[in-house]
Amino acid sequence: MSMGNFLYEKVLPLLEYVPYALLIGVCVALLITLIYALIRNAQKKPVARGVRESLWGYFFIFPWVVGICIFFLSGVANSLLYSFYNLKLDNGLQLIPLTAEDATGAQVYAPLANYISVFNKELNYPVTLANFAVSLILQLPVIIAFSLIIALMLNGRIRGRGFFRTIFFLPVIIATGPVMSQLTAQGVSSVPMVSQNVITSVLTGLPEFIATPISDLFSQLILILWNSGIQILIFLAGLQKVPTAMYEAAKIDGASAWETFWKITLPSLRSMILLNSIYTVVTLATNSTNPIIDLIYNATYAVTKGYSYAAAMTWMYTVVVAILLLITFLIVREKKEKKSNDVWRRDVEANKRGMQSKKVQKMLERGKAA
Amino acid sequence: MTLADMELKEKAKSIRKEKFKKRMLGSADRRGLLMTVVVYVLLITIAFIFLYPVLYMFSRSLMTRNDLLDASAKWLPSQLTAKNYQDAILTLDYWNSLWKNLVLALLPTICQVFVCSMVGYGFARYKFPLKNFWMAVLLLAFLLPPQVTSLPNYLNFSRLKLADGTVKPFLITAILGQGFKSVLCVLIFYNFHRQTPQSLVEAAEIDGAGHFKAYWRIALPLCTAAIVVVTLFSFVWYWNETTLVREYLGYGHTRAKGLTTLMIELQKFEDSYNTTFDARASSVTSTNKINDAIRMAGTMLSIAPLLILYFVLQKQFVESVDRAGITGE
Repeated sequence: MSMGNFLYEKVLPLLEYVPYALLIGVCVALLITLIYALIRNAQKKPVARGVRESLWGYFFIFPWVVGICIFFLSGVANSLLYSFYNLKLDNGLQLIPLTAEDATGAQVYAPLANYISVFNKELNYPVTLANFAVSLILQLPVIIAFSLIIALMLNGRIRGRGFFRTIFFLPVIIATGPVMSQLTAQGVSSVPMVSQNVITSVLTGLPEFIATPISDLFSQLILILWNSGIQILIFLAGLQKVPTAMYEAAKIDGASAWETFWKITLPSLRSMILLNSIYTVVTLATNSTNPIIDLIYNATYAVTKGYSYAAAMTWMYTVVVAILLLITFLIVREKKEKKSNDVWRRDVEANKRGMQSKKVQKMLERGKAA
Repeated sequence: MTLADMELKEKAKSIRKEKFKKRMLGSADRRGLLMTVVVYVLLITIAFIFLYPVLYMFSRSLMTRNDLLDASAKWLPSQLTAKNYQDAILTLDYWNSLWKNLVLALLPTICQVFVCSMVGYGFARYKFPLKNFWMAVLLLAFLLPPQVTSLPNYLNFSRLKLADGTVKPFLITAILGQGFKSVLCVLIFYNFHRQTPQSLVEAAEIDGAGHFKAYWRIALPLCTAAIVVVTLFSFVWYWNETTLVREYLGYGHTRAKGLTTLMIELQKFEDSYNTTFDARASSVTSTNKINDAIRMAGTMLSIAPLLILYFVLQKQFVESVDRAGITGE
């Protein structure tokens, strides 16, 4: 037996048991600590504060730890593991080898076979993934800008604030799969006043892979706006945390409302924008009307594809989502280094590292010369 | 008219102009009329866009067959009819399904709120070994698509004979902190418990309250706002989810055998309608066929409980959003 085959057949399957081992380890450690603490208590000796804290901490999170190991971590391990093999579901929901040859034990060391065959068998899949990425990149700024504007308006002094808030949070309650698909089927999801023809005629000049998502964007405008309920909530909560003293100071300095928005409100909301962007990407990627999720479900029960194949598809999808999240994070996160334009402060920082910025060096030289 | 008069008039005119400008465009402390009008127009337009599908659904659901075909009756039905609702109630087996759905949504919601608030408190208040590791796992669970874990979980459930159409799998997952979107609930409670002053809880402990009592009596009542938000959200999530619910109930499960939800019934609305009214057999006489009005009545009925709940809780919800600290720093 070659080394690769040995790893593939004997070592890799152990991955399935890692979450359970972790859970048992935690339980044993907790039990030992608990017994130790009880014995100390019975002997009327003090138990260290750290030990007590850990025990109580685990008391509160213990159900969750059990759940996350059994349901989440084991699921992740399972699906990752099975994506390296060639298995399908039979009628009794047992996992069996996909083809007869696999069953005869002729398994070869080919952990990435599923990932490669996704590209060969599923010609649509890379295209669907790319379309999803493009439409997500288009939708994200729309949702963020829209919810920010609404939150700003709702935060100001307006009459009927409660009434408007009630309406704007309504989508959080009813914007869901079956209701949405009924509404889309009725054609209610596009704005009634905007003519579809105008949009398509404008877009004819563009290449198709950009034009399609843009016209989708317009045709689904209501759906997109409906998806921004939670984002409005998050922005509103964030707006209330901006200290009023800052606005007062700006007013005394004679800043206009426009300047105040760009110089105070937006920078203070930066972390909220990041949070919102991540939340939006995650919800758009995981909601059940997403076409990729349909593809994955269909592949799970298809005769020639099977569970392992679907698992490989899922992980490829996960990687795409992760990349999108990373891009969002890099664009929106706070850029600390650019902020500190102050030469001297930068010099102090540089001095700590034993260097001096060139600008300051020049200034010092000039000072000496004078 | 003297020159001084002219000057005076000119001055008065410019002052008036200035005043007009100030009123329209606003000054540092007041919003101008123009801005106010723009804000209200925008708000009302967007409010209309948000309400439009609901209004559309409602008006359609009251239309007769003739109104649907009549292009002139696009918005208002020419005569109101309740027949669509009667048909939809029969198709969905409404009162029965509603009761089952309430069981299926309420019980797990209660468990979820309780457990998630405890977990959030544990993370916010205590230091323990592996804390950072568990926090990382929590974030990973938030970021990974649920499709990664849903099928292995389904296999586990069906091997353990848990996916049997009862509320059991829902309760077990909720008690173990793995209900629908429970990660978000934990994060909300975590942020909120972090904001409660430690000194209050510690004072209670010095006064002789145990750790659990301090949580139950001090920390929990301080986060009522978070409880309102999480309860409403969880209920809505449990009510609206379909894919996972079908997985937990077991595929091939029907409403005759056990629990069901209105959303699942809504998904197979057309088939149920055809069997209930035997429409396929009598399709020649087209009076019996399903139409948009009946579909919309079904949709209205299945979200009606949520709408009622929302409008009852609306005040507390909107207020608590201000205080819930959903966001963290």
